Amino acid sequence: MLNIKDIFAKAGDKDILKGLNLEVKPGEVHAIMGPNGAGKSTLGNVLAGMPHVEVTAGSVDMQGKDLLALEPEERAAEGVFLAFQYPVEIPGVNNMYFLRTALNAQRKYRGEEEMDSASFLRMVKQKIKDMNMRDDLLKRPVNVGFSGGEKKRNEVFQMGVLEPKLAILDETDSGLDIDALKIVADGVNQLRSPDRSFVIITHYQRLLDYIEPDFVHVLADGKIVRSGDKNLALELEEQGYGWLNQ
Amino acid sequence: MSEIDNQTASTADVENRAVKERANQAYKDGFVTDIESETLPPGLNEDVIRQISAKKDEPEWLLEYRLNAFKQWQAMPNPDWAKLNVPAIDFQAISYFSAPKSNKNAPKSLDEVDPKLLETYDKLGVPLHERERLAGVAVDAVFDSVSVGTTFKAELEKVGVIFSSFSEAVKDHPELVKQHLGSVVPSRDNYFAALNAAVFSDGSFVYIPKGVRCPMELSTYFRINAINTGQFERTLIVAEEGSYVSYLEGCTAPMRDENQLHAAVVELVAMKDAKIKYSTVQNWYPGDENGKGGIYNFVTKRGLCQGDNSKISWTQVETGSAITWKYPSCILRGDHSSGEFYSVALTNNYQQADTGTKMIHLGKNTKSTIISKGISVGKSSNAYRGLVRVAKKADHARNFTQCDSLLIGKDCGAHTFPYTESANSTAKIEHEATTSKISEDQLNYCLQRGIGEEDAISLIVDGFCKQVFKELPMEFAVEAKALLDISLEGAIG
Ligand SMILES: Nc1ncnc2c1ncn2[C@@H]1O[C@H](COP(=O)(O)OP(=O)(O)OP(=O)(O)O)[C@@H](O)[C@H]1O
Ligand SMILES: [Mg+2]
Repeated sequence: MLNIKDIFAKAGDKDILKGLNLEVKPGEVHAIMGPNGAGKSTLGNVLAGMPHVEVTAGSVDMQGKDLLALEPEERAAEGVFLAFQYPVEIPGVNNMYFLRTALNAQRKYRGEEEMDSASFLRMVKQKIKDMNMRDDLLKRPVNVGFSGGEKKRNEVFQMGVLEPKLAILDETDSGLDIDALKIVADGVNQLRSPDRSFVIITHYQRLLDYIEPDFVHVLADGKIVRSGDKNLALELEEQGYGWLNQ
Repeated sequence: MSEIDNQTASTADVENRAVKERANQAYKDGFVTDIESETLPPGLNEDVIRQISAKKDEPEWLLEYRLNAFKQWQAMPNPDWAKLNVPAIDFQAISYFSAPKSNKNAPKSLDEVDPKLLETYDKLGVPLHERERLAGVAVDAVFDSVSVGTTFKAELEKVGVIFSSFSEAVKDHPELVKQHLGSVVPSRDNYFAALNAAVFSDGSFVYIPKGVRCPMELSTYFRINAINTGQFERTLIVAEEGSYVSYLEGCTAPMRDENQLHAAVVELVAMKDAKIKYSTVQNWYPGDENGKGGIYNFVTKRGLCQGDNSKISWTQVETGSAITWKYPSCILRGDHSSGEFYSVALTNNYQQADTGTKMIHLGKNTKSTIISKGISVGKSSNAYRGLVRVAKKADHARNFTQCDSLLIGKDCGAHTFPYTESANSTAKIEHEATTSKISEDQLNYCLQRGIGEEDAISLIVDGFCKQVFKELPMEFAVEAKALLDISLEGAIG
């Protein structure tokens, strides 16, 4: 699915990723943990192609395509989805209209037929029900006035509608109450499938109780410094990151 | 606008076309006045005004009205240009009577028309046979089938609504015209109002009798395009007690016009319990990317809420003109009357806009709402200027003003000038203003979801304008959105 080779990246004048390697196979869930400022969000931004991050060396292959050569909107259409750590508000643009525009832009890129509003509405209503979310989310402007938790839920909902191949969730669990955490985790679990992969950035082991990862990695100072199975997360939870340096 | 889904949009399109076709026909039946005439030589003096009036076969009182206005105009100082940078206008170089338009310099076919203009028509979905007229191609009447138009006219007549050209109204309903002409915008009001009163060429007249709800949206869409009504248009709308009318002015397709200066006057009168909704989509030629050419648009638009509980609502979407100077206003004379102003003004390249509104509260419990959205792109400058005045006797007057500016790019500017004058301590005046840029984060968010940059900007701008778009009649809202998208093209990068 995804093969990241020796990536170096910087934002502004700061070198952030310093030779990062990661391979994600179809259907796998990878958790990424690591101290604040380690470069986790930057990794997400590199994959999504956010313009303020500059990749200075390395390569990213996604299903045989050179991901770094694509524009951000092309990557989205190829199946890259990033649930933002800080979702953005877009006043006056209703959430459902936004999503339909996004979905149809992606479909168009892929040479698929655009979805008419009636079918879209049906699909979205079903999704929101499946994901146990309230449908007033749909009518409101994108993230405007949403609580922190609602914003995160909205990200997961969008992911559900867009059905990406590779979903990167950047601290989607932060700021969620227990119920919301379950809803978000459920949303992810429902989408798990043999041809869809997840990269889940989190600070808390508890999310991994709900979404069981195949691998856990520690990202520190721009590199993956340790990889393991879900037990690694438990160790980190007990001991913090300090012991990794010993 | 954003909520409009595919289906409704296309239904609206169809309806839209039907409405236009009907209006089209109404034009044929109702508006064409036969003026066998050559163009008057450039220049303005009393004699020219007499000739205009004679050619239009006007009654004596109207000639007097024009001459009086001319005297006032001559005595007026040059206008105060507010935030605008206006090159000197030579009023003696303009010809004040040129209808019908001479075909001599007009393109002979669409092949001779600026391809960029044609491209725009294409994007707006303007039907082929309409493009020729919009582009000013020298063609004769292109209307066919008479029946639709007759139905349209008959429908209005049945309920007693008068909708005709101004000249026609002067002939058929002189008493109505005489009673209301200049009652809201007196000729001495300002420089351009005086000029217009002296030399106005033609325009529209609407009269809604007592208790009548006008059965359809009245549109000047075709009338304006089909004939060069000239640079000095005059519109008068009178809504009698308890009546309602929605009037649509303008055109989304950019119009070619040899007249650089446009100075129109629009007067609205709403009697007790009457409501007038006046919507404008305006897209005069703004000039090229370097600021060359383009229309100067100096309009005086004012509504008088004469009766208690009356209401006048202005909605406008402006993307055109090199220079725009206009302040659709409401005089709230009746108790409990209300005025609204919803505006989107977009400026690009070297365009300058100085627009806003005036809400004059005279009656008790009067209420006004102002929502202004300014979008500046390129090197343009966009100013909102609003006055809220509360007179001594206007107890419990209320105003809410919200001015939002959106900047796209680094070289453009937005300015907000809210003026308030209150002589009554019970008045409540609220003002909110914001200036924002389309943020990188918003763009990135859209890109990440698969929405390309141009569509993303359009989406964000559309959201920004939402409050205003939702005030427009549906088919107009669809056009307005298409128009903004075109005006925004190439806004970034
Ligand atoms: N545009 C930028 N310009 C300069 N420095 C930046 C920029 N973006 C990020 N950084 C810096 O790069 C480092 C890595 O940032 P990043 O957001 O990737 O960290 P993170 O691992 O996601 O941290 P957290 O756990 O706090 O979310 C931080 O020190 C941050 O301040
Ligand atoms: Mg982060």
